Amino acid sequence: MVGKNVNYSFETMHLEASQNTTPPRVKMEAKGVDVYYGDKQALEKVDLPVPLNRVTALIGPSGCGKSTFLKCLNRMNDTVVGCRVTGSITLDEEDIHSPTVDVVQLRARVGMVFQKPNPFPKSIYDNIAYGPRIHGMTRDRTELDQIVEESLARAGLWNEVKDRLQEPGTSLSGGQQQRLCIARAIAVNPEVVLMDEPCSALDPIATARIEELIDELCNKYTIIIVTHSMQQAARVSHYTGFFHMGELVEYDHTEAIFTNPQQERTKGYVTGRFG
Amino acid sequence: MGFSLIGTVLAIMAVLGFLIGNQRARGLARAGRLHSLPRYHGVFVALWTALPGLLMIILFAVFSTGMINSMVMENGQGGAGDPHMLAVELNKIQLIAEGRMPFQEGMGVSWDSVERMKNLHRNADILALFCVIAVGVVGFLYALRRIRTDFRARQEVERIVRVLLVVASSVSIFITLGIVLSLIFEALRFFAVVPVSDFIFGLQWSPQTAIRADQVGGSGSFGAIPLFAGTLMITGISILVAAPVGLFCAIYLSEFASPNVRGWVKPALEILAGIPTVVYGLFAALIVAPAISDFGGQIGLDIASESALAAGLVMGIMIIPFVSSLSDDVINAVPQAIRDGSLAMGATEAETIRQVVLPAALPGIVGALLLAISRAVGETMIVVMAAGLAANLTANPLQAMTTVTVQIVTLLVGDQEFDSPKTLAAFALGLTLFFVTLILNIVALGVVKRYHEKQ
Repeated sequence: MVGKNVNYSFETMHLEASQNTTPPRVKMEAKGVDVYYGDKQALEKVDLPVPLNRVTALIGPSGCGKSTFLKCLNRMNDTVVGCRVTGSITLDEEDIHSPTVDVVQLRARVGMVFQKPNPFPKSIYDNIAYGPRIHGMTRDRTELDQIVEESLARAGLWNEVKDRLQEPGTSLSGGQQQRLCIARAIAVNPEVVLMDEPCSALDPIATARIEELIDELCNKYTIIIVTHSMQQAARVSHYTGFFHMGELVEYDHTEAIFTNPQQERTKGYVTGRFG
Repeated sequence: MGFSLIGTVLAIMAVLGFLIGNQRARGLARAGRLHSLPRYHGVFVALWTALPGLLMIILFAVFSTGMINSMVMENGQGGAGDPHMLAVELNKIQLIAEGRMPFQEGMGVSWDSVERMKNLHRNADILALFCVIAVGVVGFLYALRRIRTDFRARQEVERIVRVLLVVASSVSIFITLGIVLSLIFEALRFFAVVPVSDFIFGLQWSPQTAIRADQVGGSGSFGAIPLFAGTLMITGISILVAAPVGLFCAIYLSEFASPNVRGWVKPALEILAGIPTVVYGLFAALIVAPAISDFGGQIGLDIASESALAAGLVMGIMIIPFVSSLSDDVINAVPQAIRDGSLAMGATEAETIRQVVLPAALPGIVGALLLAISRAVGETMIVVMAAGLAANLTANPLQAMTTVTVQIVTLLVGDQEFDSPKTLAAFALGLTLFFVTLILNIVALGVVKRYHEKQ
């Protein structure tokens, strides 16, 4: 086998995995994406379709470009000085770099949760209400209250914080803060949620809580998660892409990646021989 | 003076103490395990050698001159019994003894007492030297005796250093206290003449009382309201200029400017802070005030050539760098993570700055504004030159006004009698200003603290 399979499609994956379910629709798709930081190339020719309402995990050793790829999907790389992205990335078959797409609108549709919990220096309530307010999603206070409650409830945080909504978001524990950030991200009703190692700063119990949450959320949202932990990828995701040295080495069903990888490098990484 | 010699001797003794203590500890280390590193033993000995001597030097510096003076006076002239004349005489003797004034017959002082003073000073220096060496040696021996393998030299040194740190911080506190106390006592003397209520609530400020019987002067009225109104007005105008300009400047520099632009603009702005205020005063008096006056004339307004507006505008320019530079620093210190968090929600940069970055940086920005206000309140030169000296009580910024600091200066310039209410009024003004700024600071700290709790 030479090189990598350039055209990943869910139909062929399904044939190979011989599953009976219908293949998922493509929500986002990257085609031939190159990313440069200054002169240094960080990603090379990445082709990756993202399935609708599934969890896609991106794994690989540090510095392999998986976080860079994630940030391309909601154009957070725009804020990085000297960063250049080429190739096409589509959301619902519309190129996110096309001039008709407003980056602000894009980010409202493609939300993001960061590696370290980053609540705003505001109250718990205002943290959640921030997005709905700036996007003018509500007409009155009652609607806003409702969104805040729903978002917190979906992030599994409502019962813990319902009596202390006016306390600062930073007063919560690390795991609660991360769930607050997830609630904040889903409060604007995004279609896709990007998660950049959301559990790497958390203890195992908080991690388990977030993983459960991801499982529940994927009914409603398309989720892409970057993770260092292969166990986590295996636990939460339906599809997994393995990045190495700036390329997408292999992309397949999570089960296939972990039990029957086609590429030597993937095999080496998932069996722990390097990484 | 002999202090440089004594200081050198003390330093040499301390170095020797360190070397000997270090050596002794090393010697002991061969016999058994030392609790502390040898150099701590050395430092311990050095501190015990130097500190008592240093204390001795301070004692001598504080008390020797006074004692010598009283010895000279009780033995010599005796003066005419008048304490003022006595002080003048003593001053002459001192100057001659130090060689800063040639001795002449008929000066009212005898050569004997000059000689006597010289001798006493010489003796005092020698005595000081011996005392310092003596206490140094005693301290040295005491410290050396305490060196043992189980002696906790590190803890001891740390204890001494901690005491030194406490002393250093108390010095500044005590000096502040001294300044406040001197203000209070002088102000009390003023309030013995002028009732407090007249001072605080009086609407009329004209301190030009006659200080000698043959002078013509007003009866004097010391109502401070016009001065504080003027201070408030001019400070207010300057903050109205500096706060928006400085803050917008800081936002541009930290959020939008490329590193290159920032590297140029920030130092350039800080140059503004380095311009002497008297130059600002010239600028205000010669260019801004006439320009405002001319402009007023064109649109049919009667504007005095010296106006609070001119002073306030120029003062505002002066304090822009305080606001912009400090605010830029605190805005930069806001973590990138929460900016990214906001941008990733689909917030625009403006929304991110307004709703996330600025609130997070608010305590620092308030601090910057406070510093700017305290600079503006304390500023004198610009006001003297551009706003005049007339204590008008008016809400019209186009008229001449004056501030507390300017009045303090004018009260104390020239020949003064130090117990006339006119002079003492300066202390009362200073004290009031001190309390006003103190209350301002307390309020601002409270605001910042409440904000922190809410966060």
